[in-house]
Amino acid sequence: MIRLASAAAAFLAACLAQPWVAGDPVVHVLVQFPLLAAAGYLLAIGQRVPPSLTGPLLVVALTTAAIWMLPRSVDAALADTGWHLAKFVTLPLGFGAPLALCWPTIGPILRGFLKAQSVSMLLFLGFLYTHAPVRICNSYLVDDQVRLGLGFVWAALALTAIWMIPVLFGRMPEIAKEERYEFSRHG
Amino acid sequence: MIRHLIPTSVAVCLGVAALWQATDGLRAITAEGARRVQVADNPQPVSQVMLETMQGDWRALHGPSPTLVEFIYTTCPTICQASGGDFAELRDHLSQAGLSVPMYSISFDPEVDDLSALQSYGELHTATGAPWTIARPVPADLPQLLKTFQVTVIPDGWGGYEHNIAVLLIDAQGRFAGAFDTRAFDDIRDAVEAAL
Repeated sequence: MIRLASAAAAFLAACLAQPWVAGDPVVHVLVQFPLLAAAGYLLAIGQRVPPSLTGPLLVVALTTAAIWMLPRSVDAALADTGWHLAKFVTLPLGFGAPLALCWPTIGPILRGFLKAQSVSMLLFLGFLYTHAPVRICNSYLVDDQVRLGLGFVWAALALTAIWMIPVLFGRMPEIAKEERYEFSRHG
Repeated sequence: MIRHLIPTSVAVCLGVAALWQATDGLRAITAEGARRVQVADNPQPVSQVMLETMQGDWRALHGPSPTLVEFIYTTCPTICQASGGDFAELRDHLSQAGLSVPMYSISFDPEVDDLSALQSYGELHTATGAPWTIARPVPADLPQLLKTFQVTVIPDGWGGYEHNIAVLLIDAQGRFAGAFDTRAFDDIRDAVEAAL
């Protein structure tokens, strides 16, 4: 119940952010996108799926993430009604939810790889948006593009901190139950 | 093993297809890149509009010969001044190749850019009126023009604008058939020759 209410609250917050997304890419990409993903994640967390679906769900999540990382998708979400609606459907149901469903059965090595990838990809985007000699999004000003780039770097640092701090304090609860990692064993 | 591999392979194929689709075959990751790829593949008809030139006469945007267009505003302190210089170089480059096609720098700020503003912009960048002139549409035609050419103009908060700049080609059939970097002189020359 609390889970569904939080999912609904995240989705509602993402909708409420809509008036600001056209003027500020940081609100669009680093506030609204994560809220939509969180809504889907909270909706699906704790639900069980057959281990054979781990791979496909992960691929769906990564594909959706890759598409929404394209600058043209960010522009299209502002300029095109179809893309605008697709944002509210695919980020929760194509990224957040599949990630929540497949995460429990992903092995520790793949988890570590995905975490390292997301940090390095955020830093790459940060470099791109702060150093690009041209405007990457037609809908946003150059100064805002640089702010978004710095936002990506902060997000990378935040994720690194969140993932590193438990290690420093010697608590690694995720590696407790080896038998759950279906995807690692089967390939 | 196979039971796990098949659904994953299907998902990978669909994912690759989706990414291929979303990037026009890995050719465009920005909206500006997409515009260039898409018009080159699929020229779009441009509805005819009349432009008021800096000489004070009215001309049709496109006619029997290919036409080159760029969108500017004359009070622009930065990118439009650079692209004005680039357009002058392009004119010289084309005339050396024996090509003379109409070239328009069109103001997307026609309320502020009056005839004298167009003239001083033209004078500054050595536009003489033929083949290159500075022009403005009537404000009512502007939204359609910007939409056709996929030009996005946003206020910069300092009284000016930021916008995507490119040299745009209208072919002899009156279709928007190409968008190029302002300094891609050879590409533009080839495209003009192909559109003749």
